[in-house]
Amino acid sequence: MNSIVKYFSEIFGGVRSLLTGMSVTGKYFISPGEIVTEQYPENRATLKMTDRFKGEVTMPHDENNQHQCTGCGICEVNCPNGAIEIITKKVPNESGKLVRAIDKHIYHLSMCTFCELCIKTCPSDAITWGHDFEHAVFDRTKLTKVLNKPGSSLKKKEAKS
Amino acid sequence: MSKDVVTNIILRDDEDYIINMGPQHPSTHGVLRLEVCLNGETVKYVVPHIGYIHRGIEKMCEYDTYKQIIHLTDRMDYLSAHMNNEAVSLLVENALGIEVPERVKYIRAALNELNRIASHHLWWSAFGMDLGALTTFFYGLRDREKILDIFDESFGSRLLHSFVTPGGLMHDVHPNFRKNIMEFVKYFRKKLPEYKKLLTDNIIFQNRTKGIGVMTKETAIAFGVTGPSGRGSGFSCDVRKIAPYGIYDQLEFNEVLYTNGDSFDRYMVRMDEMVESMNLLEQIVDKMPEGTEFTAKMKPIVKLPEGEYFQRVETARGELDVFVVSDGKKHPYRMRFRSPNFSNMFTLNILGRGLKIADLVAISGSLDLVIPDIDR
Repeated sequence: MNSIVKYFSEIFGGVRSLLTGMSVTGKYFISPGEIVTEQYPENRATLKMTDRFKGEVTMPHDENNQHQCTGCGICEVNCPNGAIEIITKKVPNESGKLVRAIDKHIYHLSMCTFCELCIKTCPSDAITWGHDFEHAVFDRTKLTKVLNKPGSSLKKKEAKS
Repeated sequence: MSKDVVTNIILRDDEDYIINMGPQHPSTHGVLRLEVCLNGETVKYVVPHIGYIHRGIEKMCEYDTYKQIIHLTDRMDYLSAHMNNEAVSLLVENALGIEVPERVKYIRAALNELNRIASHHLWWSAFGMDLGALTTFFYGLRDREKILDIFDESFGSRLLHSFVTPGGLMHDVHPNFRKNIMEFVKYFRKKLPEYKKLLTDNIIFQNRTKGIGVMTKETAIAFGVTGPSGRGSGFSCDVRKIAPYGIYDQLEFNEVLYTNGDSFDRYMVRMDEMVESMNLLEQIVDKMPEGTEFTAKMKPIVKLPEGEYFQRVETARGELDVFVVSDGKKHPYRMRFRSPNFSNMFTLNILGRGLKIADLVAISGSLDLVIPDIDR
């Protein structure tokens, strides 16, 4: 007798547990306000990354096509993966003396692990994070980027008042 | 017929066959190959083969400075990235005798607990899916997304943050950090009963996990099984309790212990740990000092004095130990990680014997393996 009671109580207990689970899913099924799914890429126009989003390393330029990179090479030394290469050149300054300036700031996005050490250690805040995240390309060489724009120059430091 | 070389026990009869489960099998959660000897559908023995995602992180560490090592530790156990970062950071700080600000300790503890909940979310989702309950995957990831949003706002990345560095943090957390945690705890306390209704009380789930893959306390200790998998067998191994680091000795929390040692108890340990983590988060948010300091003063180039250093932390999966031999240079001479998953995985051979192959999936799911942590 006991075994029959146990048998049926197991069946009904099991069915009740399944119905309890289905009540949870059913609740969400009939309440469309709870939907959390985002429709990418349809929502591209409204999609906004957070302020600190690590998309890629970029070098901001101002309206005069001037950047702040002095070519010191600290980011190159600090990068654990060798994702940054800096090629410098000698250019004459106002008094005709040859000084070191940046020729190319090469950034290999394919080698970058987004550890933030280059941006953290940059003494002149020349590089920062960009918010672009759609990095897929058909050709691997397109992931190697030159960060300083052609014809750009070093921004003059404002005289301290 | 093949015999064990040492014990002379017959391992495989002629009618048995050997199949490879993995490296692309979805239930192995990565690239783990299990060589399974089957008699019909019954498992005779399991031999795990590892090394498919070996990247040589320990060797790479020997060529990196201590600050550069941090981003490699992220990629071992990627679901508990903060704990891995903190292990190396604590080791360097203890070796140099640096005292980090009180606020940093609280933030680190908060990140650890958030990371632990997020890791358990993903485990819960995948465990349900291993057993055929596809719904859990959507519900678990929905709640995990809330934590990832907190991470995204503060560090700009969702999975691999490299945020905790020797001497403190990379930069200050977002001003909304405290508010967001409170909101998440409030939200998740409401959602956790759904987990119980959906999966824990489900009759199919209970029949498939109760009494399956029983790990005795002796096995757990002999194999060095730590974390929730060990605590499901009654093995008290929470590093936060037995060797407190950071701020954990000033916080009140219980070590979750279950004694049956089957898959269901390992499951329950993690479910209760989520509640404990939320209690911890509330305490941390209440006690966290105001201010903006996020790092202690450190030299730009970190050099450890000659000697050997050791640090243990509790990750979401068990005890992570770091051992460093330094020769006084800016790179470590040798760096060694003791990862929790490596020890946990090799109990599969003991737990899976004599069960059906579908139970093996349940067991490997309940052990919560992360394969990149095993191979490193």
